[in-house]
Amino acid sequence: MSVALAAMLAKIGLWVAVLLAVTPVMAWVERRGSAMIQDRLGPNRVGPLGLLQALADAVKFLFKEDLTPSAADKPLYYLAPALAVVPALTTFVVLPFGPEIEVGGETVKLLVADVESGVLLFLALASLGVYTLVLAGYSSNNKYSLLGSVRAAAQMISYELALTLSVVAALVPVGSFRLDEVVLYQVEGTWLGFLPHWNVFPQFLGFLIFLVAAFAETNRLPFDLPEAESELVAGYHTEYSSMKFALFFMGEYMAMATLSALAATLFFGGWHFPGIDYTGHWAIVALKGFSVLFAKVAAFMLLFVWVRWTFPRFRFDQLLRLGWKVLLPLAILNLVVIAALTIGGVL
Amino acid sequence: MPTATIPAPPLLDSLPEGSVEVVEGLDQPTWIVRRDALAQVARQLRDDPETQFDLLLDLCGVDYPDRDERFEAVYHLYSLPRAARLRLKVPVLEDDPVLPSLIDVWTAADWFEREAWDMFGLRFEGHPNLRRILTHEAFQGHPLRKDYDPARRWILTEDKIYKPNPQPTGSESVDDMFERMTINIGPSHPAMHGTFRVVATLDGEVIVASEVEIGYLHRCFEKMAETHTWQQVIPYTDRLNYCSSFINNVAYCRTVEKLMGIEAPPRAVWAQMILSEFSRIMDHCVCNGSTLVDTGALTNFWYMFQPREEIYGLLEACCGARLTVSACRIGGLLEDLPPDFEARCRHLLETVPEFIDDVDKVVTKNRIWLDRSVGVAAISAEEAVDHGWTGPCLRASGVDYDVRRAYPYDLYGEVDFEVPVFQGGDVFDRYRMRMEEIHQSLSIIRQLLDRGMPDGPYIVDDPHVALPPKEDAYNQMEAMIYHFKLIMDGIQVPPGELYHMVEGANGELGFYVISDGSGKPYRIKVRPPCFPIMASFSHLMQGGTISDAIATLGGLNIIAGELER
Repeated sequence: MSVALAAMLAKIGLWVAVLLAVTPVMAWVERRGSAMIQDRLGPNRVGPLGLLQALADAVKFLFKEDLTPSAADKPLYYLAPALAVVPALTTFVVLPFGPEIEVGGETVKLLVADVESGVLLFLALASLGVYTLVLAGYSSNNKYSLLGSVRAAAQMISYELALTLSVVAALVPVGSFRLDEVVLYQVEGTWLGFLPHWNVFPQFLGFLIFLVAAFAETNRLPFDLPEAESELVAGYHTEYSSMKFALFFMGEYMAMATLSALAATLFFGGWHFPGIDYTGHWAIVALKGFSVLFAKVAAFMLLFVWVRWTFPRFRFDQLLRLGWKVLLPLAILNLVVIAALTIGGVL
Repeated sequence: MPTATIPAPPLLDSLPEGSVEVVEGLDQPTWIVRRDALAQVARQLRDDPETQFDLLLDLCGVDYPDRDERFEAVYHLYSLPRAARLRLKVPVLEDDPVLPSLIDVWTAADWFEREAWDMFGLRFEGHPNLRRILTHEAFQGHPLRKDYDPARRWILTEDKIYKPNPQPTGSESVDDMFERMTINIGPSHPAMHGTFRVVATLDGEVIVASEVEIGYLHRCFEKMAETHTWQQVIPYTDRLNYCSSFINNVAYCRTVEKLMGIEAPPRAVWAQMILSEFSRIMDHCVCNGSTLVDTGALTNFWYMFQPREEIYGLLEACCGARLTVSACRIGGLLEDLPPDFEARCRHLLETVPEFIDDVDKVVTKNRIWLDRSVGVAAISAEEAVDHGWTGPCLRASGVDYDVRRAYPYDLYGEVDFEVPVFQGGDVFDRYRMRMEEIHQSLSIIRQLLDRGMPDGPYIVDDPHVALPPKEDAYNQMEAMIYHFKLIMDGIQVPPGELYHMVEGANGELGFYVISDGSGKPYRIKVRPPCFPIMASFSHLMQGGTISDAIATLGGLNIIAGELER
C-alpha cells in the first residue's frame, strides 16, 4: 500500500472518528455546562463525572420505540435524518489540520480532499443541511413540523447569504478558494508587529457576521426557531423518535463542529498558533496541527453552549429582519471595504 | 356580626320606578334588581358619573329551591374612580331562567355568563356564544343546582361536540382561505402551563382568529364545598392557585372569620401576612420564570425557581407541606410557628434578592428580550378594566388598584409599601411589574419582622372554632366533646352572605360565601383573578404571531387550577 493511500485512509478515519465522537462529548459538555450556568449539578451518575451519560443516552435512543406517523410521506421521512448527518460528515474533507508533512519521502497534505474550490465545496455541502429540515417537517404531516420547516427554510436561506459573503471577504486577501492556502496566508507575518497574522484582526466585522450567521445556520439559540420547543413543540422533528431523532441530534452537533472549524480556519489561523514550532517528525507535526485546530474548535463549541443558555429566542420576523436588513448590508459593506483594502495593498 | 363598611352608592334617580330594591348587606351595599330592568341599571351604573362601576368583578348564580324565584344571579361590581362596591342580585324563575346578557356593558361578562349557564342553566339572552365552558359539551344538567346529584356520572364522547374553527370577521375571498391553517395549541403543549387549548387560525405565523377552550381541569370545587364542613374546604382552596396556595388559605379563612364575626389573633395575622407575601414572591417567580422559558431563556427559569425552592423550605417548616400547604385554619393557624421562624425569614430576605437580581442582570436589558416583549400583546387601561382584569396585569396597564391598598386588610394599613404601576400594558411591563412587586413584598416582610413577632396564641381561643390541644382532648371530657363536635359537625357559621377579597398573586381573589347555618357552606363562589384575564386572551392575540401568543401566556399568570376550579 502506498504512503498516499495509507495517509488518505488515516485522514478519513481520523475525521470520521472525531466527528462521531463529537456528539456524545458535546452532549455531555452541553448538559454539564448548562447545569453549571444554571446552578444545577447535571448528569453525574453514569461513570466518573457523568462522562458515560452519553453512552447511556445512546443505548436509550437505540432501544426507544421507533414511531412512524401513518400519514407520513415515508421515503422522505426516512431520508431526512440520514441527510442530517451525511453533509455534516462530508464537509470536513476540505479542512486542513496541519502543514504539509513529509512521510516516507512523499509530501502529504493534511486534508482529505485537496480540491481547487475547497471553500465552495464546503459551502455547497453545508447548505444541503436545509433539505434535512424542510424534508423532515414536510414529510411528517404535522402542522407544527411544517411550521418548523417553513421557518427553517426561510432562516437558512436568509443567513446563508451573509455567511457566504463574510467567507468571501476572508478569501479576498488570500486570492484562493483553497483552505490550506487561507491558513498559510495567516501563518506568515504579523499584524502591527505583535498580533498573529490571523484574518480576525483586520476582518473583525466579518468574523462577527460569520459568527451570528453560523448560530442561525446551526439552529442554535437565540436562532432555534425551527425547533422552538415552547412554541412549536419540537418543530421539524416533532414526530421523530428513537435513533432517527438521535441522527438530528448528531447532525446539529456535527454542523456546529463544522462551522466552528471553518471559523477557526478562516479567521483564527486554522492549525496555526504563534510560538508553536511546526518542524520535526511528521507525526509530531500532524499531532500539533490537529491539537491546535481541535482546541480552537472546542473553544467555539463552548461559546455555542454559553450563548445558548444565556439568550432568549428571537421572533421569526425579527430574525428575518436581522438577516436581511442588518447582516446582509453589513456583509456587503465588509466585502467592499476588504476588497478595496486588498487592491490598495493594505492587506 | 360584621357590618358593612363600604359606603352605598347613590340610588340614581334616572332608574326606572321599582326596578331596584336596596337591602342591607353584611359587607357591601346590595341591590335587588328586577330582571327586565337589569340591562338599563347596569348601563347606568357604569356610565353615571356618580357611580362609575366600570369593573365587573364577578358573576355567579345561586340556587334557592325553596323560593318562588328559584335562581339568583349575583353580580359584584367595583368602581375604580370611586372605590365603591356594589352587589346586584337578580332573581329569576325556574321556568324562565332568562336574563339579559351584559356583555355589551362589561366585556368581562362573557365567560362569567357562560359559566352561570353551565352551572345553573341561567340563559343570558343576547350572549353570542352561550356554550358550556367548564364541563364537557356532552354533559347533561347543571351541576351546581341543588337538586343535581354529585354522584351522577355521564359517559362523555367526542362525537357531536362543538369543534372550534375560529374565522376572522370581515369579508374574505375564497383564495385567502387556502392559505390559512388552523392549529391546535394545547391542551397538551409545552407552553400551556396547565391544560387549556387555544385553537388558532393562522395566516403564515400570524394569528388571525383564535378561540380559547378551557375546562380540562375542572374539579367541581364549588360543588364539593357544599358537601363538606367549613374546615374541610380549606385543602380544596390550596388547589386553586397552587403557586401561592397560602394566599388562598388566608382568603378563605378570612372570609369565614368575617362571616362569623371573629378575628384571628395578632400572632396568626402577622405570620399569615409574612407567608402570604412570600407566597406572592414564589408566584411571581414562577410566572416570570415561565414567561422567560417560553421565550427560550431557560436559565432564568432555574434562577427564578431557586428562591421558590428556598421559600418552600420555610413553608415546610411551618406546616410540613410545600405546595398545597393547608396551613391556615378558621381563626388562625394550623400550629404554632417553628422556633427559628424569624431567623429563616431573615435568611430568605438576604438570599431571595440575589437570584432576582441575577435574572434582572441577564435579561431585563437584553435586546432580544426587549424586542420580544415591549409592545407585545399590549392592552390599554380601559380595555383591561372592561375585560375585568385585576392584579399585576391591570397595574401594568396603568391602573392603580391593589386590594392591599384600596381595602387594607390585616396589617397592610400599617406597613409602608408602594404599589408599582406601569403604563405599557405589554408583556414587558407585566414582567417588570412582577419583578418590582417582589421587591415590595420583601420590604413588607422586612417591616413586619422588624415589628417583632406578637406574643399570644396562634389561633382563636374559642372551643367552637379551634380544636382543643390533643393533650386536652385525650384527658378532659369537655375538650373531647368539643373535639368531637368540631370534627363531626364542623364549625357552625351563622346564616348570612359575604364577599371578601384579598390581593392574590394574580389579582383580586374573592370568596363569595353564603351560609344557611347548617354547618356546611350553602354556596361558595371563588372570584378567580385569572378567569377574566384568560377570557381576553383571544382578543390579546389578534394579529400577533404564535411566538407572541406563547410569550404572552406565561406573563398573564393563568393558573389552570384557579381558572377552572
